Amino acid sequence: MQGPEQSSGVDRAALPVLEKAPSGIPGFDEITHGGFPFGRTSLICGAAGAGKTLFGLQFLVRGITDYDEPGVFIAFEETEEDLAQNVASLGFDLKGLVDSGKLALDHIRVERSEIEESGEYNLEGLFLRIGLAIQTVGAKRVVIDTLETLFGGLNDYGILRSELRRLFRWLKDQGVSAIITAERGEGTLTRHGLEEYVSDCVILLDHRVSEQISTRRLRVVKYRGSVHGTNEYPFLIDEDGITVMPITSAGLEHGVSAERISSGVPRLDAMLGGEGYYRGSTILVSGTAGAGKSSLSAHFADAACARGERCVYFAFEESPEQIKRNMRSIGIDLASHEAAGRLKFMASRPTAHGLETHLAIMHKVIREFQPHVVVVDPIGNLISAGNQEEAHLMVVRLIDFLKTQGITAMMTSLTGGGMAQEATEIAISSIVDTWLLVKSIEASGERNRGMYVLKSRGMNHSNQVREFVITSEGVDLVDVYIGPEGVLTGSARAQQEHKERAAKVQREQEIERKQRELERKRRQMEHEIEALRAAFEAEEAEIQRVIEQEQEAEEQLLQNRGVMARRRGVDQ
Amino acid sequence: MTSDAMPSDQNGVWTLRLYVAGENQKSRAAVANLERLCRTHIGEGRYEIEIIDLMKNPQLAKADQILAIPTLVRKIPEPMKRVIGDLSDAERAILALDIQELERGPAL
Repeated sequence: MQGPEQSSGVDRAALPVLEKAPSGIPGFDEITHGGFPFGRTSLICGAAGAGKTLFGLQFLVRGITDYDEPGVFIAFEETEEDLAQNVASLGFDLKGLVDSGKLALDHIRVERSEIEESGEYNLEGLFLRIGLAIQTVGAKRVVIDTLETLFGGLNDYGILRSELRRLFRWLKDQGVSAIITAERGEGTLTRHGLEEYVSDCVILLDHRVSEQISTRRLRVVKYRGSVHGTNEYPFLIDEDGITVMPITSAGLEHGVSAERISSGVPRLDAMLGGEGYYRGSTILVSGTAGAGKSSLSAHFADAACARGERCVYFAFEESPEQIKRNMRSIGIDLASHEAAGRLKFMASRPTAHGLETHLAIMHKVIREFQPHVVVVDPIGNLISAGNQEEAHLMVVRLIDFLKTQGITAMMTSLTGGGMAQEATEIAISSIVDTWLLVKSIEASGERNRGMYVLKSRGMNHSNQVREFVITSEGVDLVDVYIGPEGVLTGSARAQQEHKERAAKVQREQEIERKQRELERKRRQMEHEIEALRAAFEAEEAEIQRVIEQEQEAEEQLLQNRGVMARRRGVDQ
Repeated sequence: MTSDAMPSDQNGVWTLRLYVAGENQKSRAAVANLERLCRTHIGEGRYEIEIIDLMKNPQLAKADQILAIPTLVRKIPEPMKRVIGDLSDAERAILALDIQELERGPAL
């Protein structure tokens, strides 16, 4: 047992850190904190069609193009020509790389029917061929695809197993970073237990089809001497090869911004503390069908583009053309933003891919386009591509990702007719920062829209319900009338407003009258004060005069008394 | 069981190629086993053996798809056949190379 003093005494910086060979596969290097173990052998297993060969090839091609590490590809299953053809669509020019002496391809054909065994043998021929290929290009990376083919071609498994063990040791001695691919077995990682030989790094690729929708996933089963993400990560295979979505759900370390950006609707900005949304926050707009969610989104996108920012609009319900046409009718010109390269539409049917694939695509587009704001319209539709729990998890991951990138995101969510207004399909309301609720208000034969801010973290927001009016100049918010009969909207509100206007005029006239009355009364009062003052002044003067007379008389008296005394010869 | 692989052309001369790796005990054993097999079952003068040391010429492994060492390739008669191993199991080697009745017929 180690005491705490001992363990804390270890200088972590001085410990040797496992060197990595970056795969060049977007996302993968983030999960594994750098890529495959350098100078060691990794195992990639998965069922047929899981993407093993491509994974290996991308590792080699990127190694050459991005890290200047020549590579060797030993193919047991496909010929050199087939390989080159299969990956040409991904922009991998295998032939060019071979011609420039950076890549060696060797197809090893193992045909059971052509091989008979008699006595002892070993696989030195394979070693020599790999060795020659490594030497020819000065390879730093080797991929062997699919080594297990040997089990189909050779009878003596005893020899084969000991030779494989020798092969893995030998590869390590060559100092190359190697990848071995293997077929997934029933209940085991590989059909022939290759994972026993490769102890450094094991990657599992999975291609699942559930409810006719396929999703590719990757998991790091084992990575000795390195921390790594343990989740299943969705990955994509598209025209750029493999992209892994490395997002984790533990992203609460993102920076926050105090900057505010406009919602595109001045009155809504006013409701949000007068300044709009926080940059980097996530805004949810939920509401019933036709409540105006997309219009709010379009305003938001329009405002961002008008500021010169970039925006990606993920449309899962309508086609971009339809959105542009519809928004033009309310005075928002999204097409010009698109033409200016500030707005990018990404439209796809929710059922076109699995949920994770969708999110992986979004992830990729966001990384490439580097938008400032993102609109997902609607987020709820993604559920049809997965189950509720998965959808929730993935949306949380998406939001975390957007937040770490500092991207302001607006997501719309449809509230079903029978659902509580405050319920969202994917229950993401707790993780969004601002939640706007648009609802239909049905009264007096009309259906109008009402909107309020259900929550908005970190700002003083209005608690008022506003009527949400869509005009040919866009969305506007107007005050609703709240009376004994509840909230009045539409023509009922207009009528009420008219009534109020009449009452107001009357009230104003009354006030004017009262003011005149008051003025009159004040003037009267002032007159009276004036009269009283005059009377008082007259009286004051009179009294003053009397006082003066009295004082004079007193003085006179004193003087007279002195004169008399002197006359009488008074001695003192 | 007769096969269509008869050494009918090239005057019935078999062309055999043995791939080994390095001059060592194993290689020598394979060569010795092959020569004994040919002498006894094909007959003197009716075969040609070419020995290729892949240690010296590794690039030759590719053409004949060599994987295991030693590997014997029967070039003629066609079709091409491969036998891997040091040929110590003569019975299996004879079967694998289709050395059959034709050879058993005359002499010996």
